[in-house]
Amino acid sequence: MEKENKNIPLVKTKTFINPENEKRSVTAPDGSIIEIDPIKDYFCQDRPKEYKVRSGAVEKFLNWARAESLWVLGFGTGCGSIEIPPLVTPRFDMYRYGVQMRPTPRQSNVFIISGYLSVKTLKRAIRSYEQMPSPKYIIALGSCTINGGMYWDSYNTINRLDHYMPVDVYIAGCMPRPEALLAGFAKLKELIKAGKAEKANEYVRNLDWYKANQKKIIKDWNMPDYNW
Amino acid sequence: MDIRKIFQQYSDRTSYPEIGEDGKPIIDLSSHKYLKMWQGPQHPGVTGNMSLELTVCGDEIVESKTHVGYLHRGFEKLMERRKFIQCFPTCIRMCVAEPDPNEYLLARCVEELSGIEVPEMAQWLRTLVLEMARLQVLLRGVPGQGGTFALGLGYQWGNYIRDLILDRFEELTGGRVYHMYILPGGVRGLLPDGFKKRMEENLKLADEFVKSIDDLMYSNSVFKQRAKGLAVIPKEYIDKYGVYGPSARAAGVMRDVRKTNPYLKYAELDFEPYTTTESDVYARSRVRWYDLQTTIDLIRQIMAKMPEKGEIKAPTPNVLHWKIPKGETYVKCESSRGEYGMYMVTDGSDMPRRVNLKGPSYTHANMLLEKLLINANIADTAGIMVSLATCPPEIER
Amino acid sequence: MQKIIQDIESRYSVSEKEIRRNNLCFLTIPKNQAISLVTYLRDYQGYSAFTLLTAVDWIEEGHFQLTYLLNNPTNYTEIGVRTMIERDHATMESAHHLWESMQTYQRELKEMFGIDFPGSPRVDEDFILEGWTDIPPYRRDFDTKKYAEETYFPRPGRETNDPAEYMKSKLFPND
Repeated sequence: MEKENKNIPLVKTKTFINPENEKRSVTAPDGSIIEIDPIKDYFCQDRPKEYKVRSGAVEKFLNWARAESLWVLGFGTGCGSIEIPPLVTPRFDMYRYGVQMRPTPRQSNVFIISGYLSVKTLKRAIRSYEQMPSPKYIIALGSCTINGGMYWDSYNTINRLDHYMPVDVYIAGCMPRPEALLAGFAKLKELIKAGKAEKANEYVRNLDWYKANQKKIIKDWNMPDYNW
Repeated sequence: MDIRKIFQQYSDRTSYPEIGEDGKPIIDLSSHKYLKMWQGPQHPGVTGNMSLELTVCGDEIVESKTHVGYLHRGFEKLMERRKFIQCFPTCIRMCVAEPDPNEYLLARCVEELSGIEVPEMAQWLRTLVLEMARLQVLLRGVPGQGGTFALGLGYQWGNYIRDLILDRFEELTGGRVYHMYILPGGVRGLLPDGFKKRMEENLKLADEFVKSIDDLMYSNSVFKQRAKGLAVIPKEYIDKYGVYGPSARAAGVMRDVRKTNPYLKYAELDFEPYTTTESDVYARSRVRWYDLQTTIDLIRQIMAKMPEKGEIKAPTPNVLHWKIPKGETYVKCESSRGEYGMYMVTDGSDMPRRVNLKGPSYTHANMLLEKLLINANIADTAGIMVSLATCPPEIER
Repeated sequence: MQKIIQDIESRYSVSEKEIRRNNLCFLTIPKNQAISLVTYLRDYQGYSAFTLLTAVDWIEEGHFQLTYLLNNPTNYTEIGVRTMIERDHATMESAHHLWESMQTYQRELKEMFGIDFPGSPRVDEDFILEGWTDIPPYRRDFDTKKYAEETYFPRPGRETNDPAEYMKSKLFPND
């Protein structure tokens, strides 16, 4: 057991792989020794696939169903998240429109990027987004996702979100009011029903371009290329 | 291998983590007794965008680390390349939940370094705005404590009244969340007609809310059992870890800048911050509940005592080339979370040399939270975080 | 306040003092005496609460200014202990043994200014930034605008006006 501890460097070195994701051998509770390579074993390395767009009445029906049940991932990435609680509470009650908050990416299909994204959060936002099942949509909230807004010259926040993640609807303002958010949801519904909100497929098609942009700023990329 | 055997083998949790010679627990992850898990940033139980790296044994936390920096925008750097008046829209975004203390502190720093006297009426209006800001935070924060223990109903009530207070803000300042009402030299405008009447109506609702939240939360047996005795802050931690505001008052130590270093018009107002000695999550929540009553009372007092009309802004130099002589100062005020201070250094140019904001979350959410989480249950982490009222954007700014 | 300052002056070599208000003053102290003064104030003068530690970059003179701000919870006064340290290979004695909260400040300074505090726990860990490769961002010679323009993708169409010029033409045309 002591030997294994020595494998993990005590002094933190800036490598591509986190210490806990390095190849190592682990003793199981029954005494046998197992070799593990977390990056290969725990993550899927395949490229993502586009979801199938059907035609005619079937697609219309599916789009109607998708539009009427927007489940939002509860991840407050920036200051816009302060206007999310009023949306859930009596005055602006978004449950009326079939919109509700979910705690995990596996259950949600809408990701509200609420405001500016620092580089550190962008990394987590990408991970969360890629774990959501398709079809999925992104609503970008606030001026800072459009062109950097107030933080256009900051060294730690991104300027244009659409270079890193595919955005379906932008809501401008700093900060946008809850009514603006509701209008954003209405717009997204309109787009989905018209069959125009297929940015998730666009992300898959242009994956290399998006990944290049993301890797340009996330300098310690220590996760697989696509997180399932 | 039979999994039941593993559980039998490690059923006794009292003996670990073993304490090493240096007084720190020995945690060997490969022994399968411990599990490392992350909570946040994408987690409904974490206040805002920060994360906890927990090492757990069963469901008990044996080691914790907080990770902040997800909201870093580099304000202090950005303000070094903005003129004083341009700093205002930037600085209010430092703490999103309660932006008004930020504007007050920056305005006060600028006034103090350039020697501007603020008119009487403006001081009253500033006091009113700061108390309204505290009220809207507490209306969310007090029932929010119940929300962390799965009592979400009060949160719905509180948020409704908070929206009404935000309406009053909108009337007064034009903004719902960010107000930019306080400027160097004074404030931007007088109270609109009928403001006091509408405010009084909202305060009546808030009074009712105070009573009903008492019935709902503080006499709820589940809430009591979970919150009492959880995350006790001993009195000697107050200075050692830097505990401020309501959290310190729950431990029996009077820390309230409004009372100790009265600023604005607080010396003329009659109030007594509540203190208690239990210092657990329940006591901290109770202190906030009393704060809510104090704030409602203070707003009534301010509206009764303030003059009807008066000058609201002292003349300032042309803001385009306003140079402030070399100097440095530290100004503090009481936010809903505790002492909130700003340190500003100027060098005689038209931009600040350095601005540093020190909020109570800086110490609460780092060293203190790491300490308090030890031996707590995973399910209680959210309750502990909310009871310290951490606001991540003010930690990393 | 005056009494304490006289007491400090008799024990330490105070090179500069600035009394800002009747409850706030700043004292400048040589680097090797700073931690000693902070300890003295904490243990003998009742300045037991620590308010903040921060740095100011005086790039023109080639040094960093460190400010330790201490608060006295009984008479509610504050003393700022300033000390100047060399800008190249900046190091400072660590004070993490005095207050538990101190190590957070020192971690932040190490990351944002590059000031080293040998012996402070977890001082080398990332605090706010992650995977940062450039010079520490709070130093004055780091140009955030240039960095942002090179790294991120500014959306075309943003009109960049010099604020002073723009405000002058819009708000004060006759000034």
